[in-house]
Amino acid sequence: MDLTINGTTHQIDIEPDTPLLWVLRDELGMTGTKYGCGVAQCGACTVLVDGMATRSCVTPVDSVAGAEITTIEAVEDDPVGRKVVQAWVAHQVPQCGYCQSGQVMAATALLKETPQPDDDDIAGAMVNLCRCGTYNAIAAAVRDAAQA
Amino acid sequence: MNDMFHNARQTGKPFKLSRRGFIGASLGALVLGVNLPARRALAQAAETIAPGSRVSAFLEIRPDSTVLFRSAFNEGGQGVFTALAQIVGEELDVDPANFSVENAPPGPDYLLVGGGRFTGGSMSVRMSYDAMRRLGASARMMLLQAAAAQLDVPVDELSTEPGRVVHAASGRGLPYGDLADAAAGLPVPEDAALRDSADFRWIGKPVQRLDAQDKSTGKTQYTIDLSLEGMLHAAVQHSPRLGGEPDELQNESEVGAMPGVHSIHRLPGAVAVVASSWWRARMAVEALQVTWSEPAQGTAHAMPAEFSTEAHLAQLKGTTGDGIDFEAEGDAAAALAGAAHVVEASYDAPYLAHGQLEPPSALARWNDDGTLELWVPNQAPEMFQADAARVAGLAPEQVIIHSPMLGGFFGRHFLYQSANPFPQAILLAKAVGRPVKLIWSREEEFLRDTLRPISVARFRAGLDDDGLPVALHAVTAGEGPAGRWFGREPDKVDSSAVEGVAGKLYAIPNRRVGHVHVDDPAIIGFWRSVGHSMNDFFYETFFDEMADAGQQDPYELRHRLLADSPRHRNLLEAVADLSGGWKRGPFEAGDGSRRARGVAMASPFGSEVATIAEVSIRQGQVVVHDIWVAIDPGSIVNPAIIEAQVNSAVALGLSSALFEEVVYVDGMPQARNYDGYPILTPEMMPRVHVRIVESGAPMGGIGEPGVPGVPPAVANAVSTLTGRRVRSLPLSKLDLEEGGEA
Ligand code: FES
Ligand code: FES
Repeated sequence: MDLTINGTTHQIDIEPDTPLLWVLRDELGMTGTKYGCGVAQCGACTVLVDGMATRSCVTPVDSVAGAEITTIEAVEDDPVGRKVVQAWVAHQVPQCGYCQSGQVMAATALLKETPQPDDDDIAGAMVNLCRCGTYNAIAAAVRDAAQA
Repeated sequence: MNDMFHNARQTGKPFKLSRRGFIGASLGALVLGVNLPARRALAQAAETIAPGSRVSAFLEIRPDSTVLFRSAFNEGGQGVFTALAQIVGEELDVDPANFSVENAPPGPDYLLVGGGRFTGGSMSVRMSYDAMRRLGASARMMLLQAAAAQLDVPVDELSTEPGRVVHAASGRGLPYGDLADAAAGLPVPEDAALRDSADFRWIGKPVQRLDAQDKSTGKTQYTIDLSLEGMLHAAVQHSPRLGGEPDELQNESEVGAMPGVHSIHRLPGAVAVVASSWWRARMAVEALQVTWSEPAQGTAHAMPAEFSTEAHLAQLKGTTGDGIDFEAEGDAAAALAGAAHVVEASYDAPYLAHGQLEPPSALARWNDDGTLELWVPNQAPEMFQADAARVAGLAPEQVIIHSPMLGGFFGRHFLYQSANPFPQAILLAKAVGRPVKLIWSREEEFLRDTLRPISVARFRAGLDDDGLPVALHAVTAGEGPAGRWFGREPDKVDSSAVEGVAGKLYAIPNRRVGHVHVDDPAIIGFWRSVGHSMNDFFYETFFDEMADAGQQDPYELRHRLLADSPRHRNLLEAVADLSGGWKRGPFEAGDGSRRARGVAMASPFGSEVATIAEVSIRQGQVVVHDIWVAIDPGSIVNPAIIEAQVNSAVALGLSSALFEEVVYVDGMPQARNYDGYPILTPEMMPRVHVRIVESGAPMGGIGEPGVPGVPPAVANAVSTLTGRRVRSLPLSKLDLEEGGEA
């Protein structure tokens, strides 16, 4: 099947129910997208599929053939993504950093869809887990990125 | 650099270190210290090395004057890499932004924690602060001396500005990168002067973290992300109860035929599949139908089939007696006997999982020269190296350990025999003759994670006629992780089982803390703030019971009992001030909700902490709105990192207070992923307000101290709000539907 990731089309030959996460990580070597739980609980594996924040650990790869997939590796190619990363650094959001690829992708999806989110929009979209408890910094960074 | 060398040579001056300098230049990387002539290197190796003193073990100054620093402590989010860059950079005179930091390999230079090496106990910065300052100052002195030779001027005419040596008189200057090689050949000075703290530019300042950009763009590589040429992937299925061994594999040939499967393996206590990708390995290993044997008689730490947390908790609660003395002052028994009023209560706290977001993994490669190379998340490289050598049948020096960045820490990455994947990776890589990366699924992680111990505490307090405490008697029951992993003396109390009930600062004249040891059938481990994570909850919540029984305000009573401890009284006042003045409640908030506040203090890991929480109850759930934390670590390195760490500690402490609980039934944990073991979500995160107080006391820790005050501050507020005591965590067990709402 053909997968379009960050604007590049890859020919992939794999069991069609393989989660997108593991195609990214093991077939394509794109390890920025993380495995945390595998059951759509944590959001560490968040990527954009046609602009929507999507948990790639439970996304069968054949369901996204033909879609536009964006991963953290290309986040700064997008003007909104770049703003988000800048806000993340300005707010010194990451601690261990393991959840942050997913957080940045979730924030990017939110701001692409809703450039001026209110607090409820932020709470509704920024639901990924962070065991390091960076939640307040994340919320502040999202608000800032929306202003930028 | 070559220009400067040419200039020096053209002046015809003898130029002592030029040969070495040119060797360095020809290598293209000017490494402070690694170009030592063989003779000198040998001589140094033969000497005993004072940890933290040998500049070359820690620092490489590159041609562009940036610095590679090898840290004795691993970064797992706590900011230690940045803090060390600040400390070393301050003395070396290099902007911390020009540092890159990596975890050092095993070696005698890095044994900075009491002759050992261990990232934990919130010790990294405070244990190495002085040594790392001296190291930076020594390196700067070597660069000055090298510059003096090159510029042919007395060293005392030279000074530095960030990244360069300057000779003010002649206006000449030399970047560090040009001097590194020459400096490398110089002996390490013993008496390099330290910078006056009044002149600090980076220590004590909110310097930006070195890892923020890479972590915000997915570039940081954790162990789980690494790959090697020719590498295969592995997944395991563990025995549901520790100690069981794989007996029969009913469908081995079918599983062997699944896509991408390379091979199926029996390991101690587990089965493994090696495959072309991890997903395939996992699908296959989970498809394996395995009969597990019962543990052989005498198997260490075999999990009993009938083990349940409920029964174990009942056993702990059923213990009697005063246990072994840990701390005693005055005569608690006599004072209790003579007290006007006695308050008694017993408390408990559950097992907890670490839940760090990066699942455990290990990458192993056997090299052609017989060495074994391991990439493994760890907080103690030398210990892992020794254990890997034992597993591999090699000498420790034949094991090369790499310690990548940790995707969460919290005490998970200690050497825990049954909880580390690296021994399995070693065996699998050996068996298949190729590098193997093994990842534990989240479900396997919940099965084999080490647990924060379950524990019980019994208190009796004696009050006088004025309602003031004259005696406090406390006994904890359970097992501490320090005794489990570092050895326990049967007639002594493991401090990790009592810390936080012991070591309190309130002036109660007659006190006694004892401990009843009960072997814990589970594999217990260190969990952020260790014994404090539950013991301060026990003590500080009982404190409020005691205050209420004596009709004292809990804040005022704390304040009164700290009259002779100005540092702590000041901190208590600081947190009250930060929260706008102490008010217990219940009161009505601006949004009409009924709220209350609770206060708690803790003295963990050399720091002092005072915490206030404001809570309400909404639809039977505890909602925490604000947490105020005043923290006194004595003196500080980076206030921004401290504030972030306090936020992090509040999140973890609150998560544990609200709903975390590992439950075992029939010897097996009931939750195998976050759906069964919820952790704090964003919408539950309170606002966190931090005030840092620098009392000037010896430097304390930062990573853990914010945790212990949170559960009791929240529990005390909940008690005030509901009129019901909270003596057991998590709070989610309380039925707050009725009586909770005003
Ligand atoms: S790994 Fe996909 S949601 Fe956790
Ligand atoms: S930064 Fe560590 S899990 Fe979020």
